[in-house]
Amino acid sequence: MSGVADRLRNLTIPSPVPAEGFADGAFADGRAGAAYGKVSTPIGELTAVVTHRGLLNLIFEGQDRDRALQRVADKVTPRILEAARAVAFVREKLDDYFRGRTFRIEVPLDRSLLTPYQGRVLDFAYGIPAGEARTYRQAAEGAGDPRAARATGRALATNPIPVVLPCHRVVASDGGLRGYAGGLDRKRFLLEHEGFLR
Amino acid sequence: MNLPPFQRLLDEHASGLRRFLVGYVGWAEADDCLQDALLAALEAYPGLRHGGNLRGWLFTIARRKALDCLRRRARDAELAPVPDRAETAAAIPDWDLWALVAALPEKQRAAVALRYLADLPYAEAADAMGVSEAAARQNVRAGLATLRKKMPRREA
Repeated sequence: MSGVADRLRNLTIPSPVPAEGFADGAFADGRAGAAYGKVSTPIGELTAVVTHRGLLNLIFEGQDRDRALQRVADKVTPRILEAARAVAFVREKLDDYFRGRTFRIEVPLDRSLLTPYQGRVLDFAYGIPAGEARTYRQAAEGAGDPRAARATGRALATNPIPVVLPCHRVVASDGGLRGYAGGLDRKRFLLEHEGFLR
Repeated sequence: MNLPPFQRLLDEHASGLRRFLVGYVGWAEADDCLQDALLAALEAYPGLRHGGNLRGWLFTIARRKALDCLRRRARDAELAPVPDRAETAAAIPDWDLWALVAALPEKQRAAVALRYLADLPYAEAADAMGVSEAAARQNVRAGLATLRKKMPRREA
């Protein structure tokens, strides 16, 4: 009916929104509490979530990213922006790892999503040299309670910072791979890359 | 309702906010206003009690920042003349209509921009303006009438 209203609705606005650099700036000056960005790897495109403390969460391609980011919003901060530059340090270290320059990924971590027990289990995993693996029972022992194999399995399976905290280095006692949040193909790839499997 | 990651608000509403601001404060200042509004929203965000009506909340902040911007401009205009924007006009599609919108009285411009550029329902447009829904409707009607009068006649 109203030609003016339709013309108003259809007015085009060409340039990008919001300005480039907005998110990186807001994270750099501390107004955003967390930032996320994509990291391309041989095991797919990971999403790295970082805070000012360090790497908080690594999400595999195919996992429910919206849900993971909502968890960050609920547990850490809702002030989350997509900001490529903020995750550059993660991209660099993962690149070194996947190119085989190093197998020990040393990057500052934000452990806010780890329970204390999970922290002990994953610290144990971090201590397993690349090219080796341990059993779930050994991981349970390493975390201080050899009878807690089930809790250990759960702690590993819900590792918020996989690859960097190498939960993939824990396998079944019969040599089977058992499970991996990112899928067994990715676990196998990582263990082959590190020389444990061939 | 939990607060979603702030990026979700940007993905869903930044372009609507910008459409509102371009109509309300003009092309030259819309992006600065948008940036101010988004930073203010980002800072205030964790203080929200729940995630209901986030769009209305964002537009309320944007309208407040835009008013600051208009007041600043009015003050500055007494010191320096407004620069000629003829050269930018050619680059902007539908410049004629944008210019007509820019010439509307403040309240009508806000109402028209919220309702038709940002596509907000009347209730939310009214919230963002801090007026009743009836007043928002009245301002939209008056604004459209003015535009119709000033717009060159086109074939139906």
